[in-house]
Formats: sequence, structure tokens, C-alpha cells
Amino acid sequence: MIESDAFVQALQDIGVDFFTGVPDSILGGIIAELMARRLYTPAVREDEAVAMAAGAYMAGKVPAVLMQNSGLGTSLNTLISLNYIYQQPCILIVSWRGQGGKDAPEHLVMGEVMPQFLETMKIPHRTLTEKTAIDDLKWVAETFMKKRIPVALNITKGVVKGLHP
Amino acid sequence: MRPEQGTMQSRAMAMAALLELLTDQPVIICNGFPSREAQKIADRPTHFYMIGSMGSAAAIGLGVALAKPKKQVVIFDGDGNVLMGMGTLATVGALKPKNFIHVVFDNEVYGTTGNQPTISNVVPLEKVAKAAGYVNVERVREREDLVYEFKDMLKKGGPSMLLVKVNEMVEDVGRVMLDPPDIMKRFMKAIE
Repeated sequence: MIESDAFVQALQDIGVDFFTGVPDSILGGIIAELMARRLYTPAVREDEAVAMAAGAYMAGKVPAVLMQNSGLGTSLNTLISLNYIYQQPCILIVSWRGQGGKDAPEHLVMGEVMPQFLETMKIPHRTLTEKTAIDDLKWVAETFMKKRIPVALNITKGVVKGLHP
Repeated sequence: MRPEQGTMQSRAMAMAALLELLTDQPVIICNGFPSREAQKIADRPTHFYMIGSMGSAAAIGLGVALAKPKKQVVIFDGDGNVLMGMGTLATVGALKPKNFIHVVFDNEVYGTTGNQPTISNVVPLEKVAKAAGYVNVERVREREDLVYEFKDMLKKGGPSMLLVKVNEMVEDVGRVMLDPPDIMKRFMKAIE
């Protein structure tokens, strides 16, 4: 399991310096670490977080938005009619609720279709694993720089240490 | 009666009065007619014209304001936009960025889609902002009050909301001419 502080440090090391989002239990450890480092600006909706990140990007920051995958649905229009058309990159750190069909009912549909959903939205994505973590983050940084659009790093349960191990 | 009885000023007139008072401040302008009118009145590289993502103007402005605390950030918003992203009033009110001036041109209609009514005739948005934690809020109708209050907000610490009642008149304007990536690049360079 990846420690939250190592994960946050790795994001800072690739240059991320603006963090916002809406919490999820899978992301609890990461958000606690970001708050301890006074790096986290909480948003009330994921589309708001995405728009705030776009503003921060235009003002010189490298932004990341944390959200549960349900938030992808909430952010859809902002990602398309703001980030995508203006070419504003953003790192989406998305918890993959409902993966493998084992979760509360409200997560099952998005959990099942999430990869196709991201592909339909033309958002490059990768799922973080402990073994490939260094490569995964390198890929995120490179895709962010090259494509200038949102890029998603999917986080499954138990890969980054949460608040309740 | 719509708009608020006695409202003589159009949004373009109000916007022109405010743009005269601005120099190099970043201005985020909401989608629809407001962006098109601002481009016609005074096209400046410090303007970020939204062409989509309705409801996001204040959130985009908040991101700029947090990243550039030394620059005063102005948002030109509409009642329909604020209603769509009303949660952002709470985020702004909680974070209290001092460098955040939120101007809302309130014509009580979705003007770009054919003047369908919004609900801002019965929901006073400046009161919502005040309750959410904005430090200064004012509601104005006349040009001289608009100019006076905006000048005052430029001097004060925010967040501030200036709600301007305007009528439904729209300028004869075309779509925003620049390509979105060009709008962004120009804006980024201008506010560096």
C-alpha cells in the first residue's frame, strides 16, 4: 500500500501546486495529508472544483482535482466546454467506487462504465498500482504537458492508505 | 413586471461604465451575451471570455484570485449563471479572498436563449452572497450608484458582490471571435 504522504509528495515533485476537490473515503488519507500541508482548497461540487482548477492553471498553477467517480458525471460539461475547448490541463485524481461490482448500489453503474466513460470523454486515464506508481505519475505529468487537457489517475480501494486502514 | 420596475440601464451601458474604471485587472466574463458585449465595448487581453461551462464564472475567478492574491480579480456574471453555480457563493464566502469582486448583471432572464425568466426577481442574490459570507454586498440600479459602489469596492478588501439591476436590452453583437485556446493564451500572458 502507498502511504498518503509519499503520494502527495510525488504529486508535488511533478509540480502540482494547486489542489482542490470533493472528498471520497478512498481519498481520505490523501486529503488529510493535503490539509496537513495546507495545500487543499475544498470545493462544494466537482464541476466547481474543475472550474477553480482551470482558473488557477491560467494564473500559473499546476492543478489537481480530487473526486469520487460520481463527480465525473457532475463535471462532464465543465470538462468538455471549459477545459477541453480552451486546452486547460488538469490532473483528475478519481476514486474508482463500484469497481468489480462490490460497493453500495449508487456506485455500481459508474463503477462498471468508468473506463469507457473516460474514453468517450477523450480523457486519457490510467489506474494507479503500487508496482507501477512511479511510471503512472510520470505518465500523468507527460500527458498533462503534451496534451493540455484533463488527464485522470484512477485510484482503487486499498492502493493508497486511507484514513481507516 | 420584468425587469424590476424602473430599471432603465442596459447591461452594456453598465458594463461600459465599469470597464472605464478598470485597467489591468483580470476580468472573467460569463458565457452568452455578456462576453460578446464586453468584447465589443472593450476587447482587452485581460478579459477571459467564457463561451460555455455556464455557472462557472465565479469558480474560474476564484481559482485566479487564489493563485494571484496580489491581483484584484473581477467577475462579470449574470443572474442565470449565479443561480446555476450558487454553491460557489458559499465557497467564496467561506474562503474570503480579499481580491475578489463579483459583479452580477441581473436582468431576470436567460437572455441568450430568448428571455425565459430566471427566478432572480424573487431571490435577491446579493442577500444570498451576504449570508454566505461575502464581506461587502450592494444592489444598485442607477449608473451613478454603480460607479460609486464599484470604485469603493476597488478600494476595499473583499469578497464583494455588486448586483446591478439591468433591463433586457441586448447589443447587436456577434459571437466571440477568438478561438478558445487563443483567448486563454492571451489572458495568461496578460495576467502573468
